[in-house]
Amino acid sequence: MGQLFAVEVVGRGIFQDTLAKNITRGIVLAAHSEGKLGLSFGRYGDSPERNGIPAKKFAIVASDEQTLQLGMAHYEPAQVDVCVVLDDTLCKGIESWAWNGVHPINQTVKRGGTLIVVSTREPDALLKMIHRREQPYKLGIVKGRASFSGLWVYKDDHTDVRVLGAIAKALPELVGQEAIEKYIQAKLKNGALKAQSARRTFELFTPVNVPPGQGIAELLPHFELLKWEDMPDGVTIKGQPQGGPFEDPATKKLGGFRPGRNDKFMKYTTRTMRPVVNFDTCTKCTLCWLNCPDGSFDVTSDGTYDVDLKGCCGCGICAAVCPVENCITMVNEAEFRDNESQWLRYRRDEAAYSQWLEKTIELGEKTAHGFRYRGQYQEELPAALELAQKG
Amino acid sequence: MATITLPVKEHEEVLEQEALITGSEAIAVACKLANVDVVTAYPIRPYDTVMQYMSQLVADGELDCEFIVADGEHSQFEIVKHASACGARVFSGSSGVGWMYAMEALTVTPALRIPIVALVGNRTLDDPGAFGVEHNDALSVRDLGWMLVWVDNAQEALDTALIAYRVAEDRRMFVPLAISCDGAFLTHSQSLVKIPAPEKVKKFLPKYNRGELLLHPDNVISVAPQANEDWVMEMRRQNYAVTERAPGVIREVYAEFERIFGRKYGNPFFEEYRTEDAEVVLFGMGTLSTPVKVTIDKLRQQGKKVGFVRLRWFRPFAGPEIAKALERFKAIGVIERDVSFGSPDLSGVVATELRSALYSNAKTRPPVLDFLCGLGGREVTVPDVEKITEITFQAASGKPQPLTQWIGLRG
Repeated sequence: MGQLFAVEVVGRGIFQDTLAKNITRGIVLAAHSEGKLGLSFGRYGDSPERNGIPAKKFAIVASDEQTLQLGMAHYEPAQVDVCVVLDDTLCKGIESWAWNGVHPINQTVKRGGTLIVVSTREPDALLKMIHRREQPYKLGIVKGRASFSGLWVYKDDHTDVRVLGAIAKALPELVGQEAIEKYIQAKLKNGALKAQSARRTFELFTPVNVPPGQGIAELLPHFELLKWEDMPDGVTIKGQPQGGPFEDPATKKLGGFRPGRNDKFMKYTTRTMRPVVNFDTCTKCTLCWLNCPDGSFDVTSDGTYDVDLKGCCGCGICAAVCPVENCITMVNEAEFRDNESQWLRYRRDEAAYSQWLEKTIELGEKTAHGFRYRGQYQEELPAALELAQKG
Repeated sequence: MATITLPVKEHEEVLEQEALITGSEAIAVACKLANVDVVTAYPIRPYDTVMQYMSQLVADGELDCEFIVADGEHSQFEIVKHASACGARVFSGSSGVGWMYAMEALTVTPALRIPIVALVGNRTLDDPGAFGVEHNDALSVRDLGWMLVWVDNAQEALDTALIAYRVAEDRRMFVPLAISCDGAFLTHSQSLVKIPAPEKVKKFLPKYNRGELLLHPDNVISVAPQANEDWVMEMRRQNYAVTERAPGVIREVYAEFERIFGRKYGNPFFEEYRTEDAEVVLFGMGTLSTPVKVTIDKLRQQGKKVGFVRLRWFRPFAGPEIAKALERFKAIGVIERDVSFGSPDLSGVVATELRSALYSNAKTRPPVLDFLCGLGGREVTVPDVEKITEITFQAASGKPQPLTQWIGLRG
C-alpha cells in the first residue's frame, strides 16, 4: 500500500459550508500538483445543511490509484491525520442533525495526528472544553474568529489559505507549502496576497502536544439504534409526553410548567452562544417565552422564565425581544462548562448566582460567528488583524 | 437548436483539461461539450448538483442553451420531450420520488422515439424521505423502453454521457436513455476527471438529426394520436426492434469512443474484475464496486479465488453475454441495492433478471444468491462483502443457502 492521508474539516452548517469545501478542494488540488491523487466530499448525512449545526467535509489523498481506492472503501474515514475546526465552540463536541449522540471533536484524530482550531483562544483554554483521549495528539491554533470566508456576501478574511498553510506545516508529507502557494497563486482571486497569508500562518503555526488524559472527562450519552422488529410499523414515531410542574429547590414545592421535550436530540452542539438570565430584574412580561422559536423556556413557579439548555439553539431572539436591559444577555458558548438550569442554580443560592451572572456578563465574550448588529464587522476588524499577525 | 457559437480560446479546442468534480458535475461538463440546446431542471437531492453546475455554466456564458426550471418533474420531462421532437438536443434528470412524479411523461417518451438523455441521481424512494442511494427509482422504467446504464466513477459518468448522446440519437435507436449515478457516493464526491478536448467531441458526436420525424411546419406529421387495438401491437413491435438493435449500436459507439478519445472500456455491458481464475463471483451495479474490489484484493491475498462483475447496461440486458461470462463459476453472489417486494424468491430486481438470463442462455446453473445490502444509502462495507463472499463460497461447495438474505441489517 502507498501513502494514504485523510483530513476532515468540521464547521458550522451552511455558514461555513463554502469555506470547508474550499479547504478540502485546496488540499486535493495542491497535492495533485505534487503527483498525488485525491477526493473531496462532504458527509452526505449533513446535507441539506442546517444553520449552525456541525457538518463535516473530507479530503482523501493517496500516492496512487489503488491506495486511493483503499481510502475510498469506507466512505467516511474513521480516522484522520488532521482535523480542522472552523469554529472553536465546536470543541465542546459535535452532533450532526442526522445522528444520535455527541461525539468529541477529536474522536477521529489518529494517534499523533493534529487538531487545527481557528480560534482567538490559546490551547489551554480549548483543552478545558475538549474531551480527553487515551492516545496523544497535537493541538494547534490558527488565530482568528469563526469565519464565513467563501460565502459570497462575506469579506474574504483569508481563513481558507491560512488553514492550508497550517496543514502544510502540520503534515508536509500530505502536501508541501510550496505546492499550496503555487495553487493559491494560480487558482484563487487575489492569489499573491493570499499566498503571503498562507506563508505567514505556515511559519507561525506551532502545535502543542496533548498527552493522553488531558482534557475533560465528560461521559457522553450513548444511543442504541433499534432493531427492525422493535420499530413501530408505518414509518411512525411516538410523540413526547405532556409536560407539568417542576420542583423549586428553595421551597421544595411543585410549580410552573416545563413542557415535554425531545429526549433524543439535544441542541448542545448546535449553539455558539447561550442566553444568561437575570431573574431579579425580570418583569415577567412573557415575551421571551412567547417568541422562542423552539419553545425552550420553562415557566417557573415564581412566574419568571428559565431557558432549557437542552433545547436552546442560541438564536438570540429572546435577548432581542426582552425589554429590560441586560436581563437576558447572549454569551459565547465557550465560556460555559455545563448545561445546568440557571433558575435552579439561582433558587439554590441567589447571591452566588448574582455574582456568577455579573462576572459572566462582564467578562464573557458576547459574540460568536457572524454579525448580530450593524457595524460589528468594523468593530472587530482591528483586533482580528492584530491576531492574524500572530499567526 | 443553438444559433450562437460562443467564442472559445484557440488552445481550449484541442486541450484536454482536468477538473475536480463529482459524477453529476462531470455529466454537466459532458452536456456542455455536447452543446445541448434545451435543459430542464427541478431541484431534488442528489441529482440537483448537475442542475446547479449547469446553471453556473450558463450564467458564466460557457453554455448557450435554454435552461428552464420547470414547475415540477412531470413538466420537466414533458418539456424536453417536446423540445426533442422539435429537433433540440436535450438534457434533464431527477432522483427518487421526483423521478416518480415525472412517471407519466417518462412512460410515453420511448414509444414516440424521442432520445432524451437524463441523469438519475439514484435515491431511495419515499417513504421514509431518505436521501441515500437505492436503485429502484431508475429501475422503475425498465419495462417501458428506456435504456438504462449505471456508472461508478466521475470519469465514467462523463464518458458515458457523451456515449449516451451518440447512442440515443442514432436513428436506429431514438429512445430515451437514463444514466444512473449513486446518490452521495457519486453525485456528491469530487474526484479528478479528464475533460476531453472539444475538438474530439465534435468528431465523435454528429448533430442530432430527427429526419422525417421532426416536428416542424415544413414536415406535416401528427405525433401521439389516440389508437385502438388495431394498431398498438405493431407500435410495440417497433420499440421491440430497437431493443434487438441496441447491443450492436452500443458496441459500435464504444469502439468509436475508444478510437477518438483513446480511453478503453472494453466490453461495454459489464466490467470484469479478477474473474479469470475465480471460483465465485460477486455481481452488482454502481459505486459498491469500490468496497467490493478492495475486499476482493484482500481475499485474494488470503488465497480465496473470488472476482466481481459490475453491470453497466441494465437495458438492454445483455443476457447471452452475461450468461456466457458467468456460467463457468461455482456460485454467484448478487449485491442488490434495490427491492422487489413479492418477487420470485423475494429477490431484488438484479438477481431476478440475472437468474432469468442464466436460465435461458447458460449451459450450467450455478446458484445465484441475492444479498440485499446498502439500502437507504447505508454503506456496503468491506466486512459486509467478506460475509457475502463467505456465504457464496458455501453455496459453491454444495451447501444450500437462502436465495435472498439481508446484510448489514439491525435485527
